[in-house]
Amino acid sequence: MVTIGKYFVFLGYLFTRREKLSIYWTRFLEEAVNIGVNSVFIVAIVSTFIGAVSCIQTAYNLVSPFIPVSTVALIVRDMEILELAPTITCVVLAGKVGSNIAGELGTMRITEQVDALEVMGINSASYLVLPKVIAAMVTFPMLVILSAFLGILGGYLAGTLTGVLTPKDYVEGIRDSFVPYNIFFMCVKPFVFGFLISTISSYQGYFTKGGALEVGQSSTQAVTNSCIAILVADYLLAQLFL
Amino acid sequence: MIELKDIAKAFNGNEVLKGISGTLRKGETNLIIGGSGTGKSVLLKCVIGLIKPDRGQILYDGRDFYRGDDEDKQAIRREMGVLFQGGALFDSKTVEQNVRFPLDMLTSQSEAEKRERVEFCLQRVGLEGTGKRMPSEISGGMKKRVGIARAIVMNPKYLFCDEPNSGLDPLTAVKIDELIKEITEEYQITTIVITHDMNSVMEIGQNVMFLYKGLKLWEGDNVSLIHSSVPELNEFVFANKLLRDQAPKPNSTAR
Repeated sequence: MVTIGKYFVFLGYLFTRREKLSIYWTRFLEEAVNIGVNSVFIVAIVSTFIGAVSCIQTAYNLVSPFIPVSTVALIVRDMEILELAPTITCVVLAGKVGSNIAGELGTMRITEQVDALEVMGINSASYLVLPKVIAAMVTFPMLVILSAFLGILGGYLAGTLTGVLTPKDYVEGIRDSFVPYNIFFMCVKPFVFGFLISTISSYQGYFTKGGALEVGQSSTQAVTNSCIAILVADYLLAQLFL
Repeated sequence: MIELKDIAKAFNGNEVLKGISGTLRKGETNLIIGGSGTGKSVLLKCVIGLIKPDRGQILYDGRDFYRGDDEDKQAIRREMGVLFQGGALFDSKTVEQNVRFPLDMLTSQSEAEKRERVEFCLQRVGLEGTGKRMPSEISGGMKKRVGIARAIVMNPKYLFCDEPNSGLDPLTAVKIDELIKEITEEYQITTIVITHDMNSVMEIGQNVMFLYKGLKLWEGDNVSLIHSSVPELNEFVFANKLLRDQAPKPNSTAR
């Protein structure tokens, strides 16, 4: 409970004694590249293969003359949009971005770089963390949209290249019973997950004490806590929005 | 001038500072010395505002740091320059960007003014031409110099140095000491150096404060230091075998 209370105090501290807005803009762009652009490759690889595997496994489980083949594509589409793209992508990002944030801030803490900012009269939490949080909340939805697209594309490639279904069946399936609201729901999730991953990881890194060993522990803790927070938030969002 | 009045700090019931008072004088290098674990770094962190003392006052030219509001604290902080033990340079920025950082964050100077000031500071510490290098590409001594350049870039009234020559070879350590003394006298600032290096003490110790188990046991200049009759101080000063023979006989001078 003390940790949770400290976490919320930390969140409040991000918005007090802010610096000039122009400084945040520059920092935001740096972090957007670091968090967003540098994650495109891993997101692309993971999403394409998850989409491909989903298509093959769904087809394997739907062997019935009463179910049209295009249903495989419909299931892949809904799985991607509702769960795989937002949640699995964000779990992957929790590993990559979360550990990076915690490691960076933890190292800055133990090498007195955070202290150096504080004695200059700069709110180190706001200067270091706020741009990361905003960058994560902006870039995560974009990465998830990319992930959903590549996942569905991966399903298409796997399905058609292996002969599970024809290109016509697949396109028909992904257009069938499409609910546009699901796209909105898909974009809300990474927005929330981005906030959780960036703030939890920053909290872990910012309050690191000790040396290299503790920085490693902070990174591990950041990923673990972020993943738990994602799963809990995923359930709550599903209850709230669906 | 900085006045310390009865500074005390405890962590989990363990008293690290037990009521330290003293005056850190303007235009002089004030050294705080003592063995490991005597509370030097905690005292420094209290003075620069990173750790709040449990009791006592720290007066910056009469202004109480911990009793002022946020704006007063910010005003005092902007008059401080701090050289951390490891330099605390920002790894993601070049040498030039590190030195320029306080100007970008805290002033509205033009590009030309900032560039001129950064060049001047780098030149002052003997690092002209190294602005484009990253902290990982320079030596420990150079990092300390960059740290000093960053500390003086805002024209501070108070300069704090936490073990400025730790991890340096003797020659570089002497150069860093000389640089700190020159800067102190040139700009007439109040400089506080935390150290346990006796070479530094003899080189630049105009006003020396000796801490032992959280207490200030002795204060004076580096000349009277070697004639002190405080056993704990003598033990510290003459720990080196080469110096041990020069230890004063009992009753040579008063405390």
